[in-house]
Amino acid sequence: MTATPTAQTAQARQAAPTPVSVPHRPAKRRVYPAFRVVALTVIVILFLAPLAWMVVASLKTNVDIYDASKTILFTPTLDNYANVLSRNNYFVFIFNSFWIGLWSTVFSLILGIPAAYAMSRFTMHRSALVVLLARIIPGVSLLVPWYFIFANLRMVGGFGVLILSHMFVALPLIVYIMISFFDSLPIDLEEQAQVDGLTPIGAFLRISMPLSVPGIATAGILSFIFSWNNFMFALVLSGANTKTLPVAIFNFVSYASIDWGSLMSAAVVVTVPIMIIALFTQKYIVSGLTAGATKG
Amino acid sequence: MATTVATRPTVWKSYSNWANRHRKWLFAAPAMIFVGLLIAVPLGWTVYLSLTDAEGSVRAASDFVGLSNYGEVLTDTQRFWPAVIRTFIFTGIALAAELAFGMGIALLLWRPFRGEKWVRVAILLPLVATPVAVGMMWRLIFDPNIGFANQLLGWLGLPSQPWLSGQETALGTLIFVDVWQWTPMVVLILLAGLTSLSDEPDEAARIDGANSWQRFWFVTLPLLRTTVVVAIVLRGIDALKTFDILYATKGKGGGSFHEVETLNVYAYGLSFDYNDYGIASTVLIIFFLLIIGLMWAVTYRRKANR
Repeated sequence: MTATPTAQTAQARQAAPTPVSVPHRPAKRRVYPAFRVVALTVIVILFLAPLAWMVVASLKTNVDIYDASKTILFTPTLDNYANVLSRNNYFVFIFNSFWIGLWSTVFSLILGIPAAYAMSRFTMHRSALVVLLARIIPGVSLLVPWYFIFANLRMVGGFGVLILSHMFVALPLIVYIMISFFDSLPIDLEEQAQVDGLTPIGAFLRISMPLSVPGIATAGILSFIFSWNNFMFALVLSGANTKTLPVAIFNFVSYASIDWGSLMSAAVVVTVPIMIIALFTQKYIVSGLTAGATKG
Repeated sequence: MATTVATRPTVWKSYSNWANRHRKWLFAAPAMIFVGLLIAVPLGWTVYLSLTDAEGSVRAASDFVGLSNYGEVLTDTQRFWPAVIRTFIFTGIALAAELAFGMGIALLLWRPFRGEKWVRVAILLPLVATPVAVGMMWRLIFDPNIGFANQLLGWLGLPSQPWLSGQETALGTLIFVDVWQWTPMVVLILLAGLTSLSDEPDEAARIDGANSWQRFWFVTLPLLRTTVVVAIVLRGIDALKTFDILYATKGKGGGSFHEVETLNVYAYGLSFDYNDYGIASTVLIIFFLLIIGLMWAVTYRRKANR
């Protein structure tokens, strides 16, 4: 890669030695766009091909999956999906994942938005650190005590404990995103509203909150995705009726043999909804994941 | 009756005044109490358990054994130290690869071009995919007999590899999976940093005759330092705690030879597969201190450099 441009610059320099930068640039301009197109194409293929492979395998019978001659040419079938959705009760798991994601996001937003607001406006760095500690701590170290405490409260296996544990993931994320959002929201409008007779809380509710809708959407979408993808908490704390999709997929793998077709269609069932959400909310997801990345 | 009607607005007003005066803690406290309760009580309990020989059931009688668990864990060269080394290998290599590839891709995406939207979508998809499903997907691709990876090697005339099922190759394969899934995260963070940079220093260096590599190394990268540190911290924490893809592909104990058993997988196994709570809690406390120490080192260095 590096050899070509240097060779060309060397040639260019020999051809016109006096102003170095002038012939230097056109040579680069011809090489870089072509290199960029090739590199980006390879990158897109590397990221998408495995996902495409998963979808392709989910449309094959197990006989075709084991047949190397049918790698690309095969007769697609929806049998795996029928098997997963009807026989293995995946509608229940889809509902569980959705329900837990929804409520853990809603409750985390209710707790997280005012907290982030206060932490941003009063620059409560130490308090913010307490909440962000939840993001650093290894989840396993909390699971044993949680399991015991919630077992005593007869909550293990219920939706309540799963929503609580997923809130533990969602809340720090929401606080982190909303702090950086409120930091960038000008304080002038609130001050103006207070001059006009609103109380500080009134100014927060009527002025800052409506202006924060993009930030809240960002935080909410990401928190839902993190809940949907969470595996470890549900693995320990869910019961037979509250299993989430990742746990259901994990349980699909038995010791004897793997039903690859059904496993891949189950994997598609869990990943595709979240990818569709991501496609439509791309802007928000990117701004949430990169929140606070560019300031000190 | 008349008095209540008269006093209600004033009572409401005094509540409202109180709330407004104390809004700082009124707003922040609920979230902090929630996180505090879910962390402080369990963490205290974990510290306590690490000082006992609790085993089998948390309710079963256990004896206070002081720091002997810590001695036992720190001298355990069978499971603990190999797990520490694997955690560092996994995190170190994955993080380095993600930063290198992430920087490369971010630089390619930096200046606008046609079809930019599609490339951005392509790199976003691995990032949002459920890790357990991603693990299963790669498990099929890397299957030694029917996987596409070996088929591809066959087309290129290379020998088949055991991938995830090989004792030597499993950890490397999982590092690859982690890099595939999380490089996009690093790309997004670095790209946000790049787009926030002003063009002027780069332009000035160009006029001074600096080539692209010099401009990147001496101008862009130093300006991007904060963003790179953020990427290292965010991705580093998550990489140290990686659990889903390891457990989904190799199961209990990180495979039959513990070949992918990191600290998190080891602690999970001790807790929920062997119910050895005393030792598990000890491993977790050491793990937690390790993460805090590393975090402190990275952010402290960053402050010292200023």
